[in-house]
Amino acid sequence: MSTENPFDGIADDIARKRRIGRVFVAICFASTLVGIVALVALIADVLYESWGWVTIEFLTYPPSRFIESYQPGGRGAGIYPALVGSIFLIILTAIFTMFLGVGAAIYLEEYAPDNRLTAFIEANIANLAGVPSIVYGLLGLAIFVRAIGLGASLIAGALTLTLLILPIVIVSSQEALGAVPDTQRQAAYGMGATQWEVIRDIVLPRALPGIMTGTILSLSRAIGETAPILMVGAATSMFTAPYSLTGPFSAMPMQIFDWARLPQAEFQHVAAAGIVVLLTVLLLMNAVAIYIRNRYDPR
Amino acid sequence: MAAIDLTGDNRRTDKVNVLVKWVFFGCASVTVLTTLAIIGVLVNGAVSFFFEASIVERLAGQRWNQVITFREFFFGTEWSPVIQPRSFGVLPLMWGTMMIVVGSAVVALPVGTATAIYLSEYADTRVRKILKPTLEILAGIPTIVYGFFAISFITPLLQQVFPQTGTFNAAAGAIVVGIMIIPMVSSLSEDAMSAVPDELRNAAYGLGATKYEVSTQVVLPASVSGITASYILAISRAIGETMAVTLAAGMQPTITGNPLVEIQTMTAYMVQIGTGDVSVGSIGYQSLFAVGLTLFVMTLAMNLLSQVVKERYEEEYR
Repeated sequence: MSTENPFDGIADDIARKRRIGRVFVAICFASTLVGIVALVALIADVLYESWGWVTIEFLTYPPSRFIESYQPGGRGAGIYPALVGSIFLIILTAIFTMFLGVGAAIYLEEYAPDNRLTAFIEANIANLAGVPSIVYGLLGLAIFVRAIGLGASLIAGALTLTLLILPIVIVSSQEALGAVPDTQRQAAYGMGATQWEVIRDIVLPRALPGIMTGTILSLSRAIGETAPILMVGAATSMFTAPYSLTGPFSAMPMQIFDWARLPQAEFQHVAAAGIVVLLTVLLLMNAVAIYIRNRYDPR
Repeated sequence: MAAIDLTGDNRRTDKVNVLVKWVFFGCASVTVLTTLAIIGVLVNGAVSFFFEASIVERLAGQRWNQVITFREFFFGTEWSPVIQPRSFGVLPLMWGTMMIVVGSAVVALPVGTATAIYLSEYADTRVRKILKPTLEILAGIPTIVYGFFAISFITPLLQQVFPQTGTFNAAAGAIVVGIMIIPMVSSLSEDAMSAVPDELRNAAYGLGATKYEVSTQVVLPASVSGITASYILAISRAIGETMAVTLAAGMQPTITGNPLVEIQTMTAYMVQIGTGDVSVGSIGYQSLFAVGLTLFVMTLAMNLLSQVVKERYEEEYR
């Protein structure tokens, strides 16, 4: 007597499903590699193009229209005014954002009543973070450069970058303030401290590492931004470091843009060398941020 | 020994407290002022572009005199605001932006989603801890660097495959913008997938589903609102992307279906005018704000849409 096995064919079915599963994992893994490979290709491309062009002269001389000046044995040409310009720009932006960003975060975390105005401010911050950076450039151009009359100056550039990164700084500072345990606030109130004393002496010191980390990471975004300072009118070729707050300035991304769009092929190497300097500064800023987080963060 | 005065005058500390609160409120209101200023500046500039007189001048008594019709702006197919013969149709710029958006979406949406599935469903913790931060480095690289990568690596590569590829071409721009927005899609989608509770997965396994079936038929549908929101945000980012497309895709406003020729996006046009010497009141200066307003409205609409999708269709698992 032969009974028909009801599970006949299921083995094939399972084998087929296993094959589909394996192909699917392979596709997903390959997709993950696309991003990684692109990153490696990008870094390799920049290093390859810049090989031999990042010299001491490149860091200490102003740019030149003549490619010979950049080469070893030339008169010396490089990124110096833009490097100094970027550093000044970041220091100014840091001062403005620390004050405005931390102040706004303290208001929203510690003072703000739970009402519609607060909800509106928070929703507005979320939307500001999605505004394209070039639109901030238009804002800076119309308000700081023209209406207030600062001209195409270092301070106009710094104020524009401040507004650009303010939403990110506020959100990350809010997270840092929110992570301070409420028991510490209550204990201080129990000792008779006023709200301002609690914030100044208890909350801020505990939250400072988190605030610093978030701020430095946002600043490292600001230092690589080209479009806003371009609209504000950063100079493409400055031959001296910026000398005053209201004077003209250049910055590394602007200088790289200028080199990259020159038709002569050799200037691609100069642009790549500029990118190496920019990425090095970025890497240093990120390293500092991570160090502060690991060193001081109580969590 | 003098007794400590506990009943002393507290009015000074009270005043400090109130003052401090208002200072912090002032800081927070800067963000609202920024939004108002952005809208004000863009609208005022755009009004000057269309009507020859700004809102302020209008209030001072100047008459409306529309020199550029909305019809010409939104439906004209020639964009040449500075060079004679002048023409103010923004369509070529919008077309350029759309080519970049579609091209970068073709690259980033499938790759980003598959990456998110791998990281959330398949990768073990150790691998994920290496892969995720590595991918996020992509998001931290300045856009100007992507522009350089496009002209020095991707365009030569394209030229080897398609010899007719121009020095500036839409394809290279779309590819780098695609690479740039992969981490945005993958990390937001992965967050959405990780938020799907394990009970759902286990229930499916209990019914005999394979891992592939769980990933595609349980996790994906359950996290579809978060994934869609990440798509919309990524597209919004691609619309506003500036430096990479300026360097890679060029400065030639054209309506074309060919991705291998030079185009110009709205943002690249703004860079072109911004790097030139623009005098206030010139048509070039005013056109910046008309194009900027169009760009701002498009990205704002996308951002709001992504929030609506996320809130409206989000499944609550508690």
